[in-house]
Amino acid sequence: MAEFSLPANSKVGAGKTHKAPDGATNTKTFKVYRWSPDDGENPHIDQYVVDLDSCGPMVLDALIKIKNEIDPTLTFRRSCREGVCGSCAMNIDGTNTLACTKYLSEIDGDAKVYPLPHMPVVKDLVPDLNHVYAQYASIKPWMRADSPPPPDGERLQSQEERKELDGLYECILCFCCSTSCPSYWWNGDRYLGPAVLLQAYRWIADSRDEATGERLDDLEDPFKLYRCHTIMNCTKTCPKSLNPAKAIGEIKKLMVERR
Amino acid sequence: MPLAERPLSPHLQVYRPQLTSVLSFLHRMTGVALAIGTLLLVWWLAAAASGPDSFAAAQSLIGSIVGRLLLFGWTFALFYHLANGIRHLFWDAGYGYELTTAYRTGWLVVIAAVGLAVLTWLLGYAAGGAL
Repeated sequence: MAEFSLPANSKVGAGKTHKAPDGATNTKTFKVYRWSPDDGENPHIDQYVVDLDSCGPMVLDALIKIKNEIDPTLTFRRSCREGVCGSCAMNIDGTNTLACTKYLSEIDGDAKVYPLPHMPVVKDLVPDLNHVYAQYASIKPWMRADSPPPPDGERLQSQEERKELDGLYECILCFCCSTSCPSYWWNGDRYLGPAVLLQAYRWIADSRDEATGERLDDLEDPFKLYRCHTIMNCTKTCPKSLNPAKAIGEIKKLMVERR
Repeated sequence: MPLAERPLSPHLQVYRPQLTSVLSFLHRMTGVALAIGTLLLVWWLAAAASGPDSFAAAQSLIGSIVGRLLLFGWTFALFYHLANGIRHLFWDAGYGYELTTAYRTGWLVVIAAVGLAVLTWLLGYAAGGAL
């Protein structure tokens, strides 16, 4: 049964406010989710007033500035700062996206920053991704083929076959989509979620993969696949503009076609 | 040192409502409303079948302002669930997944549901001579 409210240890309280530096005129307030495993307290929202005149244009720039200049205890993941690694996925201004590709100018008023929704929190903006990674591993995300590869080279594809992978191979596994999905919130223990299902379809759609039947067998399950109710929060939120809802629809279609 | 029990990050509390999720939620809610509303209609018919006195009692409740509002809500729920169900059929056939298309069909479903519900009631009142 879906649990719509937060458990007692997860209720969010008010925290500290860090004022703007003297003389700052162009400022923005960041309301950031904080939780530390060390103090035994509930999560809270800290407010940081940042001087935008000395800050880069992206949300990640502001977070790094806060960590460098205001509060070194603020914890978040980041790496590439250009939308190819997926590390800085978080809930910004009410939707999931990458902090490094989200412009500050797109946010009206205060910027609210939370970890990816409905996930166990390791610290501050860092969610525990072990479960989604295990789900990813469960779909066997590698090429499976019984036939030997050509002795003199790689397994080749036609240009048309390669085109089938467009819109799938670009996924960076940031899990913005899975954690935007209400179905995944309520049934994430058994429902694989849009990110993992898009990956499942990426291998089903690959002309070189020979395990399509087994892959579909594995997904033929009321929870793994069919908890998708085409809500489309996934497609709406994907920072790479991919379409997980369509990929899931293609899997459902293949399930019907092979009967 | 024992690990502190990890909190669950906020979800419904912070996620911005948007057409995608709101219409899906509405589809579920109208489904529930239709199930309950149908019981009401069955009770109305059963009252009509069991005699003029019981029908008059049922009619006074359903014909009241509150009863009519409930019936109008039921009509809207019916048309919304029907129209959005057709949208789901297109999805299941593999069409309409582009975000712009999904938004267009979403608004279309809302307009169709409101329009058909109002039209039904206008026709009903016109047929009854009230208009």
